[in-house]
Amino acid sequence: MIRLLTSKWTKVVVFLLCLFPAADIALKIAGNEEPSLMWSWFNYDLSANPVKYIEHFTGSWTLGFLAITLAITPLRRVLHLPQLIRFRRMVGLYAFFYVCLHFSTWIVLDHWQQWSWNAIWADLLKRPFIVIGFAGFLLLIPLAVTSTAGWIRRLGGKNWRMLHRAIYATACLGVIHYYWLVKSDHRAPLAYGAIFALLFLWRIGDWLLERRRRGAAAEARSKPHVTAESA
Amino acid sequence: MLIKPKPDLTYADVTPRGLYMGRRNFLLGALTTYGAVTAYKRLPSLFGGKAKGSVPVPIQGVQKWPGSTTEPVTPVEKVTHYNNFYEFGSDKSDPARNSGNFLTTPWSVSVEGECEKPRKYPIDEMMHLAPLEERIYRHRCVEGWSLVVPWIGYSLSTIVKLAQPTSKARYVAFESYYNSIVMPWATGTGIEFPYVEGLRLDEAMHPLTLLCFGMYGDTLYNQDGAPVRMILPWKYGYKSVKSLVKIRFVKSMPPTTWNNYAPNEYGFYSNVNPGVDTVPWSQAEEMRIGPGLGLFNAKIPTRLFNGYNEVASLYAGMNLRKYY
Repeated sequence: MIRLLTSKWTKVVVFLLCLFPAADIALKIAGNEEPSLMWSWFNYDLSANPVKYIEHFTGSWTLGFLAITLAITPLRRVLHLPQLIRFRRMVGLYAFFYVCLHFSTWIVLDHWQQWSWNAIWADLLKRPFIVIGFAGFLLLIPLAVTSTAGWIRRLGGKNWRMLHRAIYATACLGVIHYYWLVKSDHRAPLAYGAIFALLFLWRIGDWLLERRRRGAAAEARSKPHVTAESA
Repeated sequence: MLIKPKPDLTYADVTPRGLYMGRRNFLLGALTTYGAVTAYKRLPSLFGGKAKGSVPVPIQGVQKWPGSTTEPVTPVEKVTHYNNFYEFGSDKSDPARNSGNFLTTPWSVSVEGECEKPRKYPIDEMMHLAPLEERIYRHRCVEGWSLVVPWIGYSLSTIVKLAQPTSKARYVAFESYYNSIVMPWATGTGIEFPYVEGLRLDEAMHPLTLLCFGMYGDTLYNQDGAPVRMILPWKYGYKSVKSLVKIRFVKSMPPTTWNNYAPNEYGFYSNVNPGVDTVPWSQAEEMRIGPGLGLFNAKIPTRLFNGYNEVASLYAGMNLRKYY
């Protein structure tokens, strides 16, 4: 298991797996144009409204990759597999990749006809769910930029970790964005919300346990001193 | 002298064991993924079996209605695979997938309430109470997309006249079929069932108001509201109830499903109106679903009453911002 995790090929496989949803969309577009192409195992279904389909699909995968990114730390600890850290940056960057696809689909395919930044800005401000989603997207940009080893060094581990806690905010904003967008069936956004809540709760629990352990350790350090004095 | 040829490959060229095994893992991983995805895509057909429900059949003797729009008609595959029919699930692709076992025979529609001649109409009889017309209507969904569909039916006014509503009748209430065993997907979609809708009596009498039995030359597809539904081309799509079982004449404004769910978004009238937005959608323009892939389909400006100005007199003097 450890060898599998540390193999460089595993990283390649994970990289390709993460690319799969994007490839799926690309092949479906190609398949719609030319359904006789060899990849007949795709069902070519971009729905009757492909723009909305792609927006929904890339949006869901953004939330999915955010959840996987946030699951890596708990999984490392619970499964005693610290090697999983190798994949966290890649998966996190994939969340950013899919949100970029999501955002550019909205910008380009929803507005190409009457292209004007004013109209896009008005469209954005008019609808709270887009404002929320946009805020979540903006928050991810500095995280993607500072994901390199160089930036971790420049910022220092503590600052870097502080900055990258913005991912919690993005996850919340993403769920609200999704929740406000659906008409009446809130099960899907609530499911994402529940996953994130679970991942957050684990962190809070871990933090509380850690604090108690530290408190106990400090007490243990001070106790012999006290007994020595009273003796 | 013996010349020893230099070997092509030395031990330095041997692929390290780890890398070799890694490649094997990689291939294994790729193959497993391919297999898993293929199996996943085939899953529905493996367990679904053959659908046992009603299927569309051609309708004979349909006249062409002269008022049809000449805009390009949306392909039938799109109209039958992009549906809001929450009884069969809330995703647009759900109704096509889940309605295969829906049986629409026998079927009857109960006409009741404040009228002189209440009765139950068996579907076969009801279908031939007036000459069937093919009417190509624009269909505008509140979600910002629109279709052009050749529906088959006749004006609802035929039924209203046969029923002879009393002087007390001012509204007409409609009810869709609902059975939680036949339609388990409805649970959890957030709205209440059975699906109910309503019209003012004069709206119900308007010649555009279509009692619809077919589409594209055939009887209705299950996912589009078989065997009989309403079509109200100047209102948002959700006003046009599917799989109709009850028409009831009533004294006061009847409750309607989406209005019950969010009264500030969905009004009783729900006339298509580019000037009144609905959260989270702008109603100023619409994505017309037509032939082709549609990635770069034109967005067109939405028109008041979806372009059906002949209904404007029904709302003369009404503030359409207030009565949305």
